[in-house]
Amino acid sequence: MHEVGIASSILECVAAEAQRHPGAQVLAVGVRIGELAAVDKDALDFAFEALTRDTEWQHLKLQVEWCPRRHKCLACSQEFPVAILDLPACPKCGSEHSTCIGGTELDIAYLELEEACAKS
Amino acid sequence: MREIVEKKVLSENDRLAAELRGRFREQNILCVNLISSPGSGKTALLEKTLASFAPTQTVAVLTGDVQTDNDARRLSGYGFPVRQIVTGGTCHLDARMIDRHLAEMGFRGPGLLLVENVGNLVCPSSYDLGEAAKVVLLSVTEGEDKPLKYPGIFHRASLMIVTKTDLLPYLDFNPALALDNARKVHPEIEHIALSSRTGDGVDQWLRWLDALQHKYQQASAAINS
Repeated sequence: MHEVGIASSILECVAAEAQRHPGAQVLAVGVRIGELAAVDKDALDFAFEALTRDTEWQHLKLQVEWCPRRHKCLACSQEFPVAILDLPACPKCGSEHSTCIGGTELDIAYLELEEACAKS
Repeated sequence: MREIVEKKVLSENDRLAAELRGRFREQNILCVNLISSPGSGKTALLEKTLASFAPTQTVAVLTGDVQTDNDARRLSGYGFPVRQIVTGGTCHLDARMIDRHLAEMGFRGPGLLLVENVGNLVCPSSYDLGEAAKVVLLSVTEGEDKPLKYPGIFHRASLMIVTKTDLLPYLDFNPALALDNARKVHPEIEHIALSSRTGDGVDQWLRWLDALQHKYQQASAAINS
């Protein structure tokens, strides 16, 4: 249920960033969300839509890149994907000692802007 | 045109949590954030924990709930400052709530700050409170697959406590399977099984807490000197 809080934090960030580009229209905001970040896609879409409806952000698109869980082997440095339900084991050397390097993302990556036409 | 932003979604909470973490370090306050489903026994374990402390120890508790101050009332009889955070609908505690309530409470270190989060295995895992460690509780009535269903919190917790072990004779719960599942999500997670009702295993938790506090205070002394 904290997707409303997350959507609201995304919009606050968009508003702050947009101020740095006066006159430009923000078309989309790109976020990265890891599968370990405890965020539900439908709930986030719903919250985002509810918070932007009938506001200046009603046409803003939310573009989500879902990031899989990834580990890096502590023995041989191999990086590899791990299913949520699997014990992380290195596919190269078999070591079970690894560190998580992906899957916990909750980042705002970019804004898509449409610049106002420059007057000549 | 694409404008690269590269910011954490919860950057405002993260910023405040980092500030709290710095302040805790400076004042030598070990902050531990207890997280579990509703009814897994966070308050019962805190009651046992507070009862074990000498009155001379510097300890404070912040306890979060959507409504009521029932938990604060349960925990207030042990001689330590306890404060209820009523979130009024919010399903987790955030750094701002901790900051505000600590200021109102006037708690100063060195000491131990125990935070009982709102009962919820999902949302509290996203909000950093500036704690030194997250502890996740899993009661034996909940099923061994909780770590797989809620990987976020088991991934972030330093310690998993299996609670209500006095009920094991009446259940099919397999503690070894629960631990295997937790290790799939977080291979290094530490593990304790206990019953707050009988007191079985509570010593182990108190020793874990004591060891962490010792380690934290040594590190703080080194950093602050």
